[in-house]
Amino acid sequence: MVTKRREIVKKRSPRGKPPEPAAEHWNLCLYVAGPNPKAVAAFRNLHRICEEHLAGRYHINVIDLMKNPQIARDDQIIAVPAVVRKRPLPIRQIIGDLSDTRRVLAGLDIVPSIKKGM
Amino acid sequence: MNILRTRYATDWSSMKNAAVTTSKGLRKAPTGIRGLDEITGGGLPHGRPTLVCGGTGCGKTLLAMEFLVHGATEYGEPGVFMAFEETAEELTANVSSFGFDLKAMIEGKLLLIDHVQIERYAFAETGEYDLEGLFLRLGDAIDRIKAKRVVLDTIETLFARMTNQAVVREALHRLFRWLKNKGVTVIMTGERGEGSLTRNGLEEYVSDCVISLDHRVLDQSTTRRLRVVKYRGAMHGTNEYPFLIDKNGISIWPVTSVQLKDWTSKERIPTGIERLDAMLGGAGYFRGSSILLSGMAGTGKTSVGTTFADATCRRGERCQFFSFEESPSQIVRNMSSIGLDLQQWVKKGRLRFQTVRPFYFGLEMHLARTIRLVTEFDPQVVIVDQMSGLETTGTPLELKAAMMRLIDFLKMKGITAMYTDLNTDGNALALTDTAISSLVDTWLILRDLEFNGERNRCLHILKSRGMAHSNQVREFTMSERGIELKDVYIGPNGMVTGSARVAQEARERALQVSRNEEIELRQLDLKHKHDLLEGRIAALHAEFSAEESIIERIIQHDRQHEQTLGLDETRMGRSRKQDAVKTGHNLIGKNGHKTA
Repeated sequence: MVTKRREIVKKRSPRGKPPEPAAEHWNLCLYVAGPNPKAVAAFRNLHRICEEHLAGRYHINVIDLMKNPQIARDDQIIAVPAVVRKRPLPIRQIIGDLSDTRRVLAGLDIVPSIKKGM
Repeated sequence: MNILRTRYATDWSSMKNAAVTTSKGLRKAPTGIRGLDEITGGGLPHGRPTLVCGGTGCGKTLLAMEFLVHGATEYGEPGVFMAFEETAEELTANVSSFGFDLKAMIEGKLLLIDHVQIERYAFAETGEYDLEGLFLRLGDAIDRIKAKRVVLDTIETLFARMTNQAVVREALHRLFRWLKNKGVTVIMTGERGEGSLTRNGLEEYVSDCVISLDHRVLDQSTTRRLRVVKYRGAMHGTNEYPFLIDKNGISIWPVTSVQLKDWTSKERIPTGIERLDAMLGGAGYFRGSSILLSGMAGTGKTSVGTTFADATCRRGERCQFFSFEESPSQIVRNMSSIGLDLQQWVKKGRLRFQTVRPFYFGLEMHLARTIRLVTEFDPQVVIVDQMSGLETTGTPLELKAAMMRLIDFLKMKGITAMYTDLNTDGNALALTDTAISSLVDTWLILRDLEFNGERNRCLHILKSRGMAHSNQVREFTMSERGIELKDVYIGPNGMVTGSARVAQEARERALQVSRNEEIELRQLDLKHKHDLLEGRIAALHAEFSAEESIIERIIQHDRQHEQTLGLDETRMGRSRKQDAVKTGHNLIGKNGHKTA
């Protein structure tokens, strides 16, 4: 489990490419409380949605509140998993394992990519 | 099912643990709130959650905050305040008026305020979630300052913000179990619901202690009330206790907490009126007793009260005088007319006046002020003039309860208290009197007697516990010499007072004078008779002695005559040669002849 968590934390900007300067860069924080099934599901879902709609212009920062509980206080997190859209402003927050894609898109205000056809 | 089973298993084990501590005696976490610790027998259940519920603005947040502030500053138990409604800044500002410096406490790591800002998640719930973040946050806050106390104000907000109520309920169950395991004492607040203690049934999570707060308006005055609905494993007061929020925070004066544990004294203190001392078994009131002085308007209640105050100050003791009728300067001026110089005692700091109009505050506030002033000044005597003024501030029942608490409070402190009470209907036993009559030790009645075209004041002792006291009615006069009590005359028309008494006294005096004269005359007469008798006796004596001397002279004369006769006979016998024996016979014969 420990290795898996490390894996989650490490996994940022999956393609390793710098973001396109023209497009708006998305900075997302995923807050989890340890590597539980909900956290894993949330990461998978978020990753999938980002790949589909924000390919190349997003950054996911996974924060494990087990390790840094004071971050929950600083960032006003009580329910986990939670995703906070730090960029673009305004800040938005959604909770849950992100299995409801429609709600994730609405909650984070992501304009669905046309070619994928949501 | 498996999860459920394990949960119940842990529940059972934790309950067993709790039972062990109960058998050793329940540990209490004192709240430091005046009165609340008395009602709960020492405080809230230590290491367990307590629910404080009530409507808006009834003081839930303040009570919770005081619990933390007192805990941190007085009992060495740092606390975490998890605020779901107000920010740390707002909370700090709100309680600063009570003298709580939260900022300093936060800096000193005695307090940690975590403001939980919950967004409306209604449209942002995208799947399964739990409230682990809350646990981690709270856990971190507790560990950070080694907190022993936690306030959740109010966790119900979660229900309003989260769509998935099942998640919230599950989380709360876990939260309270977790907090119990951590051994922290928790207050959670809850808004009052319709027909239930809280809107979302928070009481089902808290099985140990529930306190209900209330804020009611009755006859345009509001009273806050507190009630311990439930306190598992401990005795607690069950009544509704009025409480007050003033500049020192919350204070509660429980009615029944006193349990008559007041001390009693055999020491007597003079009343300031000599005859009254005499009537009260010769020594005055008992120290620490409560004295009720009731009477109609103008019967001299304030005068008797101030006389007692004056006597107290004269002994070098302190006296606190509460007046709802007159200003201090007015009392001082008026009492100078009966020869009392109260100003000197005010200057020396022995006498303190507190005058305020009854309707200026509610009953609770009056009581609170009274108790605060008494605590500050620490007097030996308290005089309340007159408590019927407070009737306007509450219902009779509330007034009685308040008076009981005041009387009990003063008794516990060993303060001698005098309460004056106005009767308006001329009936000495008015409602307010009878309400507290059982609480007072000495009850003096002042009465107006209308007779012979004038009104006169009378005083008698209705009761005085623990001392032989006079059952007589005394007439009560006030002059520049002060208050004096005089005997009343009982005539064929009943009691005689005032000018009728003066006339009666004059009549008695006149009667006395004539009686005295008569006695003198008789004595003179007797003396005269005595003298006369003496004179007669002397005359008789003189007569007798004169006769005596005459008779004696005759006897002597006779004896001489006889002797001469005897000599002649002997001489003759010698000449006739008679023998000696015959001489005796001849002598007797001669004597018998003589007396015949």
